[in-house]
Amino acid sequence: MLDNLQLLFVYAPVMNVQMILDGIFIGAVFALAAYGLALVWGVMNVKNLAQGDFVIMGGYLAFSANNFGVHPVIALPFISVVMFFYGVLVYKLVIRRVIENDMFVSLLATFGLSLFMQQVMNLVYGPEVQTVDSHMHIMTMFDDFVTVPTIKIVSLALAGVFATGIVIFMTKSRTGQAIRATAQDARAARVLGIDTDKIYMLTFALNSAICGIAGVLVSMIWVLQPFYGIVYSLRTFAIVTAAGLGNLPGVIGMSFVLGWVEQYAGIIAGAEWQVAAAVFVLIGVLSWRQIQLRRQRQVVR
Amino acid sequence: MYNKYSVALGAALAVSVAGFAGGAMAKVEGDTITIGSSLSLTGKYSTNGFHTQKGYDFAVKRINDTGGVKVGGKSYKLKVVYYDDESTPSRASQLTERLVKQDGVEFMLGPYSTTMTKAVAPVTEKYKVPMVEAEGASRSLFTQGYKYMFAVLSTSEYYLAPVLDLVAQRAKAGWKAPSDLRIGMAFENDGFSLDVRAGVLDVAKKYNMKIVIDDKLPADLSDMSATLTKFKALKPDILLVSGHSKGAATAARQIEEMKIQAPVIAITHCEAAKVHVKFPKSANGLLCPTQWLTNLPNSEPIFGDAPTYDKDFKAAYPEYNTGIPYQTAQASAAVLVFKDAFERANSFDRDKVRDALAATDMNTFYGPIKFSEAGNNIAKPMFYRQIDADGNYKNVVTFKDFDMPRKVAY
Repeated sequence: MLDNLQLLFVYAPVMNVQMILDGIFIGAVFALAAYGLALVWGVMNVKNLAQGDFVIMGGYLAFSANNFGVHPVIALPFISVVMFFYGVLVYKLVIRRVIENDMFVSLLATFGLSLFMQQVMNLVYGPEVQTVDSHMHIMTMFDDFVTVPTIKIVSLALAGVFATGIVIFMTKSRTGQAIRATAQDARAARVLGIDTDKIYMLTFALNSAICGIAGVLVSMIWVLQPFYGIVYSLRTFAIVTAAGLGNLPGVIGMSFVLGWVEQYAGIIAGAEWQVAAAVFVLIGVLSWRQIQLRRQRQVVR
Repeated sequence: MYNKYSVALGAALAVSVAGFAGGAMAKVEGDTITIGSSLSLTGKYSTNGFHTQKGYDFAVKRINDTGGVKVGGKSYKLKVVYYDDESTPSRASQLTERLVKQDGVEFMLGPYSTTMTKAVAPVTEKYKVPMVEAEGASRSLFTQGYKYMFAVLSTSEYYLAPVLDLVAQRAKAGWKAPSDLRIGMAFENDGFSLDVRAGVLDVAKKYNMKIVIDDKLPADLSDMSATLTKFKALKPDILLVSGHSKGAATAARQIEEMKIQAPVIAITHCEAAKVHVKFPKSANGLLCPTQWLTNLPNSEPIFGDAPTYDKDFKAAYPEYNTGIPYQTAQASAAVLVFKDAFERANSFDRDKVRDALAATDMNTFYGPIKFSEAGNNIAKPMFYRQIDADGNYKNVVTFKDFDMPRKVAY
């Protein structure tokens, strides 16, 4: 471990550049999926355990588009529309029936959905690992030591564009305002004439579309496998839990932190600690919150 | 009156006894020997489950067409009963119970993967049913003291370790001393890959090579850029990666993305992950372990040599024209082992067949087969192939047969 620290800060400090960049790129993709989760969780109080499977499904749609000769980046708007309507369908069939029930029911329902989606993807695409080639240039810096694939920059830009778009939509548009109103107090929103059922549907569909976009990026940066959704589900849960619901800057910030923590933990402690480090961050944040809350929790018990 | 009843009763008893006997004798009925197998025909192992099934079927058909199995001067036909274990270990052990207890099967062919074999072996062992398996390579299968399980393939600790032998010989012939070689390696944190790692550690120790990176990749990690960044900083001579197809795809993708320049890179499962198609740039020069080569010269009466097997199999299953996975070849070899054992035992008594299996010493198109006490095949080495710039797999027979340093042009 000491050797690794030495390597990192004494012998090859350029490594840091690579790791910080990689952390940002990883974070950008996670941020998208995590924001979708935060949205559904915050507005509908549904903890979507199938979040990662929506991401993988988006990835597989990109894979299909690529097989038809359409570049995934070009297919991206179509894929997000397809995923939007898939979200509507899932909402009508499953989610609508569990919103009013307690948390456990929604967890079970989305877990079932997750298994179902995995098996369907397995039947359609088979269990092999699939990848999509972006055919984009790989840039190098520092004498080939630091490499930055163009696709990662494109992903970062796309993630940025979509995140901004969503923020504007949520704050400026009437629908966005209605979503936020429903999140604050669904009953009051209903009294004021907001069709909360429709808002829930829109929110879930929006999440599905966002996951689809994240999935397209994943297909070009990492690998796809029908049972791989759990990776994204776990990380988005960690991010959202640590950042807090309805806190977009927090979600984005936390995604980058997670990206960096994973990279540095991988170098310093070894790859086996990479995912564990993300969980340690979550535990750290939650403990810190507890301490903060205890300070304020004086009268009401 | 009384007599009539007793006759009826006797007849009923006779029928039921015959029925029971029929059930228990299901392994050999008339001229058919029934062998059971629980295979992954759906779920995550289904691709290789089908490869295995085709291998079994092809061998069964060939043996039946060329005179069958001769026991006690009579010729018997082979038949395999399959159940789908859905790629779930608990299902596989249930189905094995069912094959043995309900269907009366007395001989088994193995399932696909180490995980499934681990679930099936305790059951076959309990009922003393001889099993020849072709697809479970983990070392840990052969440390349990199983007496009725035999495996035709090379075990997992030989997947990457011989690469170090090859490189050491090559290094001695005019590069540097083997003890100056530095290794960077990343293995998935599962039974199979850790076995591969154990084999590598032994050989590295033998040559006094230095291991500078030794990462264990979590099963749910789709990103090994941290390991590769470290690799770039430390510049070892050899990169070893094992993590099934997922690990191979991730490694190939990121080796290309990060322009890794190691002189030697060896990865398991590169063919299954199709790295030569998906990442031709980084695949160029990769060393890939394989259980079987299509140019092995060993010849036997049923299939001939490896090229003949290759040709005949492709004729029977045209969908394999782009290449036969070794999983299929070793499945066929397992059936050959059974035929050979039946004929040498000259009996269908389980224990006699078991002893005959243990004494197996034969040459097949798949390579020589001879079992150790523990049941693994100790006669066949692991083979290597190197991917060239056009994505072809070139067989590596001696240390002179591969390009080192690998030619890279990212």
